[in-house]
Amino acid sequence: MKPPVFKYRRAGTVEEALSALAEYGGEAKILAGGQSLVPMMNFRLVRPAVLVDINPVQELDYIRVEDGWLRVGARTRQRSLEKSAEVRQSCPLLAEAVKWIGHPQIRNRGTVGGSLVHGDPSAELILVAMLLDAQFIIQGKGKSRTAGPGDFFKDFLTTAVNEDEILAEVSYPMAPPRSGYGFRELCIRHGDFAIVAAAVQLTVDERGRCSEAWVAVAGAGPKPLRIRGAEEALVGSDGSSRVLDAAAARVPEEVDPISDLKGSEAYRREMARVFVRRALEDAWSMVKER
Amino acid sequence: MRDVVTVRLRVNGVQYERVVEPRLLLSDFLRESLGLTGTHVGCEHGICGCCTVMVDGLTVRSCLMFAVQSDGAEVKTIEGLAEEGKLHPLQDAFGEHHALQCGFCTPGMLFTALEVLRENPRPTDREIREGIAGTICRCTGYHHIVEAIKAAAQRMAQEPK
Repeated sequence: MKPPVFKYRRAGTVEEALSALAEYGGEAKILAGGQSLVPMMNFRLVRPAVLVDINPVQELDYIRVEDGWLRVGARTRQRSLEKSAEVRQSCPLLAEAVKWIGHPQIRNRGTVGGSLVHGDPSAELILVAMLLDAQFIIQGKGKSRTAGPGDFFKDFLTTAVNEDEILAEVSYPMAPPRSGYGFRELCIRHGDFAIVAAAVQLTVDERGRCSEAWVAVAGAGPKPLRIRGAEEALVGSDGSSRVLDAAAARVPEEVDPISDLKGSEAYRREMARVFVRRALEDAWSMVKER
Repeated sequence: MRDVVTVRLRVNGVQYERVVEPRLLLSDFLRESLGLTGTHVGCEHGICGCCTVMVDGLTVRSCLMFAVQSDGAEVKTIEGLAEEGKLHPLQDAFGEHHALQCGFCTPGMLFTALEVLRENPRPTDREIREGIAGTICRCTGYHHIVEAIKAAAQRMAQEPK
């Protein structure tokens, strides 16, 4: 179908984008990569009166490593993240996860900030942000604020970014030394929306015991979830297959999936466990090699 | 009155200027405003990949971009893939290996394949299959498409740059 009529405003800077948002109040929506917004407009599921196009905003297109954090401008294309040597080096889990977003044609346009602000609970970037406690910089007129993922992701398709604000940056803590990760996704075909996805990161101490663990699941609730029970089961352990089994066994009780055409609630609960187990295996074999 | 905007861009090396409504999709702009009907429109919501074209050298789904956003861009459609009347090696290979039946997905498939080969000149079968996964062929012709892309890869590797 064809999108409904709207007024188009091109913004060249963050300041211009914020001015346009202020001018039109709640009527305006930011257009970034458009890979979620435009299909929704084509279906007429959303009808924004005004689109503020931030594609020309160069100041939000960057990837840099600073003080132990990987900082990514919100307008950075997903494809830039995928191809960045800095990302592979400082946050390899993120580099792996990005490859699972749609297809190259989607990632060529889709932006990091766009995916985060869209707030789809199966989105890979949101899963990684949740897992690693990414930090968000939200820019308003004359003021900016920061938020962690717990505050940023409110609910299904809902984030903390207000109508008169834009997401400026997301930053991820660099992977600690002696760490490994795993990212596993269940989908019907490569590039489809995830039915469930699991991301984990583990670190080991000098004696080879797990010193820190991060486990998160997407597609099993209104937003991605950290699985604290699984993390507790891992810390201090030797990563034996029995430990990994026990950690994964904590997943079903902590997730809150719904049933839809792609899978029942029970199926998602079980697949969340299976995919966490596989991701743990990947992460542990990676740390063992280090 | 409805908002209109002026778009200036190059398509297949030709400069165009048109006044359009902001809501006009790039796919419809190419087909309706410029008459370049080689770009096919399938699902119009970014699933099928038929409408894939190159914008500034990268594949994009032209149904997920507004024409106004291509202002100042260099767009390549299937009409511009052959150079000086000579088919691109991928086009030759698609013909030789029967990589199309109805041909509806072919323009998008060719650009998808072109990007796969540009980034990875010697892909494995699996890499080809993953690389083209965003473009759907409903004649179940993937086997021949993969064969054609492999053949084109070999030919392009031998050709002088």
